[in-house]
Amino acid sequence: MGNIIQIPKPVYILSSATVVGQHEKKGPLGEYFDIVGDADDTFGCDTWEKSESEMQRLALSRALNYAVKKDSDLEAILAGDLLNQCAGSCYGLVNFDTPFLGLFGACSTAAEALLLSSLLCSSHMNRCAAVSSSHNASAERQFRYPLEYGGQRAPTAQWTVTGSGAFILSNKKEDFVNTSYNGSPVPVISDVCIGKSIDAGITDANNMGAAMAPAAADTLLRYFKESSSQPRDFDIIMTGDLGFEGSRILCDLTAAEGLDISAVHCDGGLIIYDRIGQDKHAGGSGCGCSAVVLAAQVLRGIRTGQVANILFIGTGALMNPTAIQQGASIPGIAHLVHISSDIL
Amino acid sequence: MDIILPYIWAFLIGGLLCVIAQILIDKTKLTPARILVSYVVAGVILGGCGIYKYLIDFAGAGASTPLTGFGYLIAKGIREEVDKNGLIGVLTGGISAAAAGIAAALIFGLLAAICFRDKRKQ
Amino acid sequence: MQIDKKSYRKYADARAQKSPCAKNCINAFLYGGFICVIAQGLKDLYMTFLTEKDAATLVSVTLIFLAALLTGIGVFDRIAKHAGAGTLVPITGFSNAVASSALDAKGEGFVLGVGAKIFTIAGPVILYGITAGAIYGVIYYIITLII
Repeated sequence: MGNIIQIPKPVYILSSATVVGQHEKKGPLGEYFDIVGDADDTFGCDTWEKSESEMQRLALSRALNYAVKKDSDLEAILAGDLLNQCAGSCYGLVNFDTPFLGLFGACSTAAEALLLSSLLCSSHMNRCAAVSSSHNASAERQFRYPLEYGGQRAPTAQWTVTGSGAFILSNKKEDFVNTSYNGSPVPVISDVCIGKSIDAGITDANNMGAAMAPAAADTLLRYFKESSSQPRDFDIIMTGDLGFEGSRILCDLTAAEGLDISAVHCDGGLIIYDRIGQDKHAGGSGCGCSAVVLAAQVLRGIRTGQVANILFIGTGALMNPTAIQQGASIPGIAHLVHISSDIL
Repeated sequence: MDIILPYIWAFLIGGLLCVIAQILIDKTKLTPARILVSYVVAGVILGGCGIYKYLIDFAGAGASTPLTGFGYLIAKGIREEVDKNGLIGVLTGGISAAAAGIAAALIFGLLAAICFRDKRKQ
Repeated sequence: MQIDKKSYRKYADARAQKSPCAKNCINAFLYGGFICVIAQGLKDLYMTFLTEKDAATLVSVTLIFLAALLTGIGVFDRIAKHAGAGTLVPITGFSNAVASSALDAKGEGFVLGVGAKIFTIAGPVILYGITAGAIYGVIYYIITLII
């Protein structure tokens, strides 16, 4: 017991902002992203790591704009990315005059940041920011091959999303008064569930979906075991980036335990691209994937009143290139955030 | 016909050596770096045994262009140096024979890095 | 959740989408064969004014140059996506591995960045090529002593 952590007082997602690259712009959600980079996805920087940092800076600045707040109004920024030492976040957010906590949860970082921010905002703080990012080029460099290396991608491989999402959380309803969201339904976080790191024995770094799916299944099973709700009570159960392989495995694993989520399940990695048309193999992935899809699709749905009750499960493959070379398998993790709709 | 024949053999043998590597990549999950290393070592072994020479005579560039041809050059260079200078040839022959390829790749690689920057994946 | 690693891996592998091996092989054959035909053509051209040995060397150098150039302007990886082993196995693949590593490391400077990383893939190829050659050389030397 004690899997679900109730948020004692409502924590609102005051605003959200997204920054993406060209491939994401050309995807099905393209028109809903707030900022799109230049044609080269460099964001005006001379290295890809700097580009990623710039994306985080842009995302948080825009989210603060939407929230009509300044950086000094925030009591903490919780941020993470896929780079060593969370370089994308550390460098990107260094000029904000706000206490900073760096996080690593691989591709689950967006959910991890939202989860921790909501806990902080419900007790010791009033406003926090949750930021995460990934950049296809910096991730290729760090985890795979040089960008110009001529290799073929496996059909199970996923495409790291170039994207950054920033969310401003607040426990004050009155914060909405000056924003453009005033008068519409707003997203509120009601409970969360921290994921367990689960090693299912997958060693293939080109099949992250299979490495993450058991962790997502575990979190969902623990959640529904303890919760009084059923999958059909939710409009959407959104996993971050399981992709084509992982999504099918997740539905299988939960169905085997008597939990049928297939009717309401959607996956960020599957909806961010036209998977076949854009030749994205098993779909999108990365810290940025779940963040931008959550903001551009799910939160937009809540604000426009199309959906009212959703589960967001950020999924991460805790992959370390050194450990992989040493023959270790890849543990997965999945954090759950329950977001519902509140009328102001 | 005599003019075209070498080209047909170059195409067939060169293509076939690539197909073998493609099958290894797709079926065994060997990384491309391991394929390159295996091909060079295979070229040294086949060159050392004297087999690869026949393939070169037969298929020309179809056998010398794949990386096995690079291995063959190393084996050939070492054999010639050993014949000429004895045991010291074991150390001098290989790199000398491969020198043009290695130097060209390194220098052109450096020039590429000076002139261009890497671009996002298409 | 309890999960048996062995059976799960088997299950995940079994349902994973497979590489289109037949299509890849046809592409590898066509691209690889085509590169070798170009090499043969260059060799015949160069032999009009060079010895066979020098012509062969110049062919390799030409292909290495072209592959490095295509890598630099960002075209090589787009061709290789279709060609697979067809561009990897010819000397073009070696050149691309060297040039792409060098380009990749540019941001980290020219000594410990480009200078060191340029050998990421070239290093193992040279190391094991030379080592295999040296082993063969020793064996060959012993044989020449016996005969």
